[in-house]
Amino acid sequence: MSNSELKAGQKLAEHRLGLLDTLESEAIHIIREVVAEFERPVLLFSGGKDSVVVLHLAAKAFWPGKVPFPVLHVDTGHNFPEVIEFRDRTVEKLGLRLEVASVQDYIDRGILQERPDGTRNPLQTLPLLEAITNGKFDAVFGGARRDEDKARAKERILSMRDEFGQWDPRNQRPELWNLYNGRHLPGQHVRAFPISNWTELDIWRYIERENIELPPLYLAHEREVYSRDGMWRAVGPVSMPNPDEVVETRLVRYRTVGDMSCTGAVESNAVSISDVVLEVAGSTLTERGATRADDRISEAAMEDRKKEGYF
Amino acid sequence: MPQTSFIDAAGTLAQNRTLLRFATAGSVDDGKSTLVGRLLHDSKAVLVDQLEAVARTSAERGFGGAAGGLDLALLTDGLRAEREQGITIDVAYRYFSTAERSFILADCPGHVQYTRNMVTGSATADAVVVLIDARKGVLEQTRRHLSVVALLRVPNVIVAINKIDLVDYSETVYNDILEQLKLVTVELGLQGVHAIPVSALEGDNVVERSTKTAWYTGPTVIELLETLPAIDEIESDNDPFRFPVQLIIRPQGGLVNGLDANEFRDYRGYAGQVASGSIKVGDEVEVTPGNFKTRVTGIDLAGRAIDSAFAPQSVSLRLADEFDLARGAVIGAVGTLPEPVKEIHAEIFWLDSRSAVPGTRVLVKAGTQTVQAIISSVIGRRNLDTLAIEGTDELKVNDIGNVVLRLASPVPIGDYNQNRRAGAFLIIQPQDGSTLAAGINTNAQFDEFDI
Repeated sequence: MSNSELKAGQKLAEHRLGLLDTLESEAIHIIREVVAEFERPVLLFSGGKDSVVVLHLAAKAFWPGKVPFPVLHVDTGHNFPEVIEFRDRTVEKLGLRLEVASVQDYIDRGILQERPDGTRNPLQTLPLLEAITNGKFDAVFGGARRDEDKARAKERILSMRDEFGQWDPRNQRPELWNLYNGRHLPGQHVRAFPISNWTELDIWRYIERENIELPPLYLAHEREVYSRDGMWRAVGPVSMPNPDEVVETRLVRYRTVGDMSCTGAVESNAVSISDVVLEVAGSTLTERGATRADDRISEAAMEDRKKEGYF
Repeated sequence: MPQTSFIDAAGTLAQNRTLLRFATAGSVDDGKSTLVGRLLHDSKAVLVDQLEAVARTSAERGFGGAAGGLDLALLTDGLRAEREQGITIDVAYRYFSTAERSFILADCPGHVQYTRNMVTGSATADAVVVLIDARKGVLEQTRRHLSVVALLRVPNVIVAINKIDLVDYSETVYNDILEQLKLVTVELGLQGVHAIPVSALEGDNVVERSTKTAWYTGPTVIELLETLPAIDEIESDNDPFRFPVQLIIRPQGGLVNGLDANEFRDYRGYAGQVASGSIKVGDEVEVTPGNFKTRVTGIDLAGRAIDSAFAPQSVSLRLADEFDLARGAVIGAVGTLPEPVKEIHAEIFWLDSRSAVPGTRVLVKAGTQTVQAIISSVIGRRNLDTLAIEGTDELKVNDIGNVVLRLASPVPIGDYNQNRRAGAFLIIQPQDGSTLAAGINTNAQFDEFDI
């Protein structure tokens, strides 16, 4: 083999971008497009792993500049305290502005009513939409992934919302090449999902590779729990066991961090991110199926909530 | 047999694994959703709770298929309307992996009024899987799908001749369809076409090699998907460097906490994604508009200085000279940037219910630039049976045709046939922002055509 042939072979190998780098590059491209084309973007930041990854990508996209938009948290009042603490610390570290839309506040003012089942997840929609309107945000970044759910599998990367925040799945804009069309009418806004194409396993591998800090409850820890609907629920002020449910201490971790009232833990020995990667890779349940009571309500639960403006 | 994501995850291959994007297309009832369900199921990408949901619904509806009573189509038909009508009405994205590769699958509807979704799915695809019902052979829909694939220059095409079980695994039937298929692919000039006899329902030659088609010695669907080259691999190797500027990073005042303000006082990074080719620090480059020449003095990948970058990496370039560059500028290898033009001769895929007629005012978005434009003339509509351009002055929804666009200011748009990202554009409705059409710059003279 001549030298030039050898060189050509090496060049090919060199120019093959690995999976995580390809996904990272795509996400950074999307984040930059949105910042370039919109007046007032905002990032929905819950402290959950997916929004943490989007924030990490945004920090990379604008280095050495700061992330050029604020973050917004819809606080149900049922969040895990560890997650709120993590949220505040992260925002402080990056020097960002945090806006909080409080579900508790809406309940206190009598605008929203507590549901009989105690879950506040469906109550987030109104505070979210009003925060978007009041903040005049025209683009809202979210950490939704298409592998989470069948309705999300059909979501565009840039997804239009009408002035009621509604998603119209039958009338979505075609999304072609890497050209994103974010033009919209006054009152409309766009949801932008830079990690649409990542799977749960990609997220964990990326967190591992980039050494990204997460709230501690993603790793195995001892917690007082009881079993309900085949999930381990944490004992807490908004998630008390019924008299017939037995409380025990188990080594658990969370695969998603939603509300204490509707997010279940899984038994786990995964005390490091690398352990989690192996555990997720070997899992036989989807993360929502395993841990989200709200998505079990009906087969079309997510589609219905998305149409109403849920993220 | 390919290993599953379940097994490979513990291994070391993950970091070297690449990504392939592919789309599926077929007529209604070709069994496309079942094929997709089969790929997911047999590559172990379906988890227990999803499978239970499918089993429950299959049982409720009395599904009588042979695959353990599972209607695998239910795995992908996501929206309520689709489940009720039993057809796929929108592109759904699916994710699965084998030891070799990770896949993003755009499951596209084949129903005629949803052609726009097929265009959406194929535009970013490294490969397209087109389904043919072995009992029906090549239909008008098949021609239409293959034409779209040819026009969009998808580099790899897999034709799955499905329901081969319903023709008793007959080699004769398969060969007859191959003959029909050859006529079409030759006519379209389609390269890289692979045909495979499959039964999505029974699982023959999808992931597992069939014992019932001994006469077929080629690869299974998954084996092909694992080995076909992705577009970025092809274009980063063969094409000149091209970099549309997304925005300029000048962090005065808004510096990342902990960085030294003095060091970054004059920092100016041109942020973008390498569209094709590769670039090294020290390389001479050209910038349009203005045709300036300068040198790359640094490449930053999110806080890390790197020596070289290639498609599709997102990076920031630092240049030796300061130009007043804005979003929309393009940086490229010297002598390779197309001359900015004020007129585009294009092939367009019209996707909106409002028609395209001469005089229609639109916006054209190409790369990172959006300009006002007018459809100055509609040349004709492509007849997807004969592939000829037939004269018309109006393009309707789902029409593919040729138009001339006059632009308000010059745009450095490339030739789509040479590089997909350089020659692709959107046509946008200026008032409500709808995406009216997908366009490709063919530089064609409209009295002739060849695909």
